[in-house]
Amino acid sequence: MFIAGDYDVIVIGAGHAGVEAGLAAARIGCRTLLTTLNMDNIALMPCNPSVGGPAKGHLVRELDALGGEMGINADKTCIQFRMLNTSKGPAVQALRAQADKKNYQNRMKEVCENQENLDVKQLLVEKILTENDKVSGVQIETGEVYTCRAVVLASGTYLRGRIIIGEKTYDGGPIGQRAAMALSESLLNIGVKLMRFKTGTPARVDKRSLDFSKMKIQPGDDECRNFSFMSDEVTREQVPCWLTYTNENTHKILRDNIDRAPMANGIIEGVGPRYCPSIETKIIRFPDKDKHQLFIEPEGLNTNEMYVQGMSTSMPIDVQFAFLQTIPGLENVKIMRPGYAIEYDCLDPLQLQPSLEHKNIQGFFSAGQANGTSGYEEAAAQGLIAGINAALKIKDKEPLILKRSEAYLGVLIDDLVTKGTNEPYRMMTSRAEYRLILRQDNADMRLTEKGRMIGLVNDARYERFTNKKTKIQEITKLLQTTKVNPNKETNELLLNNNLSEIRSSLTLYDLLKRKEITYNSLQEIFDIPKISVEVEKQIEITANYEGYIVKQQEQVERMEKLESKKIPADIDYADVANLRDEAREKLQQICPISVGQAARISGVSPADISILLIYMEQHNRREKQ
Amino acid sequence: MSKEINDTIAALATPVGEGGIGIIRISGENAIAIVDEIFVAINERPLADRHSYRAIYGKIIAADEKIIDEVICLLMRKPHSYTKENVVEIQCHGGMMPLKNILALVLSHGARLAEPGEFTKRAFLNGRLDLAQAQAVMDIIKAKTDAALRAANGHLSGYFSSHIGQIREPLLEMIAHYEAIIDFPEEEVDAIDNIQVMEKIGELREKIKAMLSTANTGRILRDGLITAIVGKPNVGKSSLLNLLLRTDRAIVTDVPGTTRDSIEEYADIDGVPLRIIDTAGIRQTSDKVEKIGVDKARLYIDKADLIIALFDGSKELDDDDKEIIELVKQKKALIVINKNDLPQTIDESYIAGSCELNSIIHISTVKEQGLDELTAAIKNIVYAGNAIGHEGEYVNNVRQINALKNADAHLQDAIKGLDDEIPEDLVVIDLRSAWEKLGDIIGDTVNEDIIDEIFSRFCIGK
Repeated sequence: MFIAGDYDVIVIGAGHAGVEAGLAAARIGCRTLLTTLNMDNIALMPCNPSVGGPAKGHLVRELDALGGEMGINADKTCIQFRMLNTSKGPAVQALRAQADKKNYQNRMKEVCENQENLDVKQLLVEKILTENDKVSGVQIETGEVYTCRAVVLASGTYLRGRIIIGEKTYDGGPIGQRAAMALSESLLNIGVKLMRFKTGTPARVDKRSLDFSKMKIQPGDDECRNFSFMSDEVTREQVPCWLTYTNENTHKILRDNIDRAPMANGIIEGVGPRYCPSIETKIIRFPDKDKHQLFIEPEGLNTNEMYVQGMSTSMPIDVQFAFLQTIPGLENVKIMRPGYAIEYDCLDPLQLQPSLEHKNIQGFFSAGQANGTSGYEEAAAQGLIAGINAALKIKDKEPLILKRSEAYLGVLIDDLVTKGTNEPYRMMTSRAEYRLILRQDNADMRLTEKGRMIGLVNDARYERFTNKKTKIQEITKLLQTTKVNPNKETNELLLNNNLSEIRSSLTLYDLLKRKEITYNSLQEIFDIPKISVEVEKQIEITANYEGYIVKQQEQVERMEKLESKKIPADIDYADVANLRDEAREKLQQICPISVGQAARISGVSPADISILLIYMEQHNRREKQ
Repeated sequence: MSKEINDTIAALATPVGEGGIGIIRISGENAIAIVDEIFVAINERPLADRHSYRAIYGKIIAADEKIIDEVICLLMRKPHSYTKENVVEIQCHGGMMPLKNILALVLSHGARLAEPGEFTKRAFLNGRLDLAQAQAVMDIIKAKTDAALRAANGHLSGYFSSHIGQIREPLLEMIAHYEAIIDFPEEEVDAIDNIQVMEKIGELREKIKAMLSTANTGRILRDGLITAIVGKPNVGKSSLLNLLLRTDRAIVTDVPGTTRDSIEEYADIDGVPLRIIDTAGIRQTSDKVEKIGVDKARLYIDKADLIIALFDGSKELDDDDKEIIELVKQKKALIVINKNDLPQTIDESYIAGSCELNSIIHISTVKEQGLDELTAAIKNIVYAGNAIGHEGEYVNNVRQINALKNADAHLQDAIKGLDDEIPEDLVVIDLRSAWEKLGDIIGDTVNEDIIDEIFSRFCIGK
């Protein structure tokens, strides 16, 4: 056996999860190997050319606050930015960007290749090697072995990937790539439980064949936006997207050919995501809708390929042609790549600990679509956490486990390892019970300190963060201690600035709580310092939504005692009398780390939790005796 | 989601309807503050200023300034109490009404109703009890929870769950619609008309109010089970009444200013308060007003929670009896055949044939036989077939009332939020809280439901 190299951490796959895992482990100081099937496809976006949106954009901001790469990479290479939900509350406003796919990849590749401690290699891993249920290395298809102490599986949709277009199916990864056919068997052999999921993508069409005059233009925001707390871009060239609609003719063609759809004729076995249905599924499930919208999105600045958002399909090629041609603006469409469905193996995430390490295989971490999620952002977020925790394990430190009240990252991973998933999991703001606290604007306040402790936040980022934090505290204190009295002079000032007068003595902070008053407007009247927009925003949001924020913080505090009660890893639930059988079974399977997590398992009742608490106290006291 | 373990809890510490004194125990960080909001000491000094282990005389006062009862509060500051938390025990008069009203008041000021065995659980977790007692605590929790669950399920199979479902379903639709708009802003989800939503929430609040006022379980505890004893003259109504009143320390009230028709008397039947209506009519045997029992039966049929239809077992059924049977079948009625000490000539198969859903009980008011069966049948009606102890019966009902009130308060906040034009994602916080509170009642609060609803109702996807 040829030993080709030795590393602390080996990351399998260099997609969005893999690059974050590799960069994080290397930046924390572990000798890391990032493997990819194809050096030209690092950080590939095989589906939509966009990053962000509600909850997903939140994940990107959090990842950035911890020292991840996705936010900066998107800021440097994206070609259109929009802030969504601007008419709604601050908690659900979210940034979404159109990516230039090639530029996104190229920059990420460059960052990885130049990262200290990180080697990037084109290798197809076929086997995970273990000794006594502990990871010891990986074997490559060409026979050589790399030894290591931790592995992060970030295999995306490549595990036994199978492409389906109409009646045609073949083994392969997304957009003409190889699949990892042998690795699944190795995973099964070391005791990993696998599921089979499915996802799909629409056709890419030639820009020159489209008539944009029949579509509605969708430009980016005028204001320059950034994902990263470190980005200072103020101008950026932006490219529009285009909106058009299907019609009855489109639907008729799809209906007439529905028996040729792979999902109808039984070719597709995997479970697909409900939030990302193919156009044929939409027609069947919502027969009353007379039209469906689609966005034509550029895949980049230097390509004519356009992504047909909303038209994911695995129909045969002739049907794809026929229905696309019925759409206004697409009458003469030329398909450059057809839509397809892909089936792949992934892990049942219930096998994982909240650190994303496998419960029974030491040093085996996994992240991204390999864990049954979907989306670049979900993948990147898990990749970051898996990479961090693999590195912390090598360094013999406690893993980073974020709470549901701290981050979407925490919600995402807690959902996966506590509830599991039976379809590709997508992050949504409605999954977060403390949504108002987990805003995209305060991701740095929530997480950068943690990133610093782990060693991922560099000096520049930390300094920027502490400056902002200090400024927020300073100005908040100033506003809370500066009183204004309801005298003639003040009220005249207020009236002159179109603000209603005051009747009793108030602090500036109280004034700021009024709907019509912003920090800016206060600054025009009173002698308070000019501050950055970010600091302004933070203070305004905290003042405006104080009531609701306090309510949510109280909810968090009430749950905190349960969350902080850790369940010993060696607990034997068979020994806990009085638990109901269902609860015992679930607890045994999931091995929650805290009583709070246990309480979230479906089938574990409050009475079971009481019994568990008493058992633990009993246990503690016996230990002490 | 599990109950929190560090909030303030309250429960009755003495059984209902027994003993001259009743005790309400409150434990937790806010115990003293909560009691200070409803209790006025004779010298008007708040408990917060008093030392531990004091007994303080004063009054419990409701929000409308009405005095509920004269009480003595026992103050035990942490860690020198049973649970090692702040504890206040309110000693009041032992009757049903003061106990229940004071507990309700405590709950409305922020305490939560204790789970079965929760005081003991806290005592143990806070290091109070020794190890040997732990198993006993677990046994109590399991036994009591199982009993309470059975009782809850009994209630829920009928009235409650379907009514709560009728409130939760539209609420879920609303939440899912808002969430769909929030999570998928670029998809074609129809806009929401907030005015319509406010109207809809108003309707749901009406439903909750209706439930609060008519829900059997809730009202029985508040006002007693409205009970009518019907039957022809001389079947023994008056004797039965006396017997029922004698079974417990009955509180006999002549409600001032009411007509003779509505004179009522209370009887505590093994924890179930019966509010027997028109006792005057029953007593005045030679009353010309009471022409025949049929008219009375017709009058009470929709007014009463429970009808005790009395027949004379020693006589054959006549047309009046049969008419009464027609009226009470399908209703919450007990068929009671009196005078089983005499030779029976009544056609019981006729009754059994007509009243398949009603229980038939044989008694003798003269020999005082069959009362246990009657008591059991009454409890059966109230608790839908689940015989449980005092605490459980009481707990279930107060819990439901409380959850309904909480849900209503959240809906009120939601309307206010919409009215103030605050962002929808904040309004959803209140809607979700209401939905969860209602879910607590029927033991069903699963976040995943909202997500299922979004995907089943809206066409979303790239």
